[in-house]
Amino acid sequence: MATIAAIIASTHHPFYLRASTATGEDRPPFADAWVAKIEAFRETLTRARPDVLVMVGSDHFHQLWLDNMPQFLVGKAPYYDANYYNEEREFGLPRMQLRGNEDLSAHLLRGGIDAGFDLAFSNELRVDHSITCPIITLRPQADLPIVPVYTNIFAPPMPQPKRFVELGQAIRALVESWPSDQRVAIIGTGHLSLELGGPRQFGPHGPDPEFDRKAVAWIASSDLDGALAEVSLDSLWQPGNATHGFMDFMLMMGVAGKNVKADYADSLDLFHTMEAYFTWYPEGTS
Amino acid sequence: MSKYLVDKFLFTIDRDPDLVERYREDPRGTVAWWEAEQANLILNCHAGERSTWLGFSGPERDALGSHDYATLFELGAHNFLLLTLFIALFERDYAEPLAFQREFAARLGHWTLPYPDIST
Repeated sequence: MATIAAIIASTHHPFYLRASTATGEDRPPFADAWVAKIEAFRETLTRARPDVLVMVGSDHFHQLWLDNMPQFLVGKAPYYDANYYNEEREFGLPRMQLRGNEDLSAHLLRGGIDAGFDLAFSNELRVDHSITCPIITLRPQADLPIVPVYTNIFAPPMPQPKRFVELGQAIRALVESWPSDQRVAIIGTGHLSLELGGPRQFGPHGPDPEFDRKAVAWIASSDLDGALAEVSLDSLWQPGNATHGFMDFMLMMGVAGKNVKADYADSLDLFHTMEAYFTWYPEGTS
Repeated sequence: MSKYLVDKFLFTIDRDPDLVERYREDPRGTVAWWEAEQANLILNCHAGERSTWLGFSGPERDALGSHDYATLFELGAHNFLLLTLFIALFERDYAEPLAFQREFAARLGHWTLPYPDIST
């Protein structure tokens, strides 16, 4: 059976590439510290020697639209083109192409559906920055095949937070039962408190530092009881109007397992949002 | 009122570089053309299989036609679509990084929770 080489949960910040490559007057004062954090985080994936990446993210109204909106969708394609004109325009993200792993996609779809998740699928999926930001930060050579898993954290009505946790638990079990000798890293990105298109956007910190402090503690200890007791679809509007992306962190806590402490946890207080980086090694760290 | 249609306008303009420029230069004309020709296209269907019932309310048409993002926010337009498209339209007119984004926030500064409902 496959081995879970690493479980990684992270924020995805589309401005990282531009900040980290800017020079001279264009280079923001926080860029060097940010790059140092990312390079240390990248090493947590590199040392796990993964062969394939399951990538949990969310389409930001690119290919998926309100006339036909899946709650959870698994890509099953030999290739995924990546990034869109409006991401190139706003963030300077490059067009990319990532390989797929259709065997693992098929395994997640069959097993997930049989486990009670009526997963949508896509045989032609152009992924966006929720997938490519962690490729750029964690695996910039973009050389490994991926299986994208998209969640709806964007368009109400959304699934309940506990459903994200349950899907994470199911993904963990399904990867562990994949008949393969490959090493799989499961990587998911979301947000802490975040406001986009509202009065609290682009402040000197994230819109709700108190939520961020609690959220980082929940994730670092995979405190599912603590998070589920406080987080609801209604409550997530309070820390910021784009904070439902935290449910992808909850999914990853489901992958990691209840009360399993992260082997690596780091964060960075940036303008606009708190960045946070977590890695678990199910095989142990020795 | 059609929040869905407002979102569909923002979505279909934002993804097309030519339409972003057209909407920047001629908002009222672009909105009128789009409502007449594009609003009822089903995005994943042949153009002959279009819908028959979609149209803007008066306040929606006026807000889109005057680039009035504060009113669009009040009408429940999706915050992400609104921000992304309006950055594309107007960030270029501001010298300082994030200056447009901060002005956008300030213009909505009178809002407290709960914000207008974005559900469609």
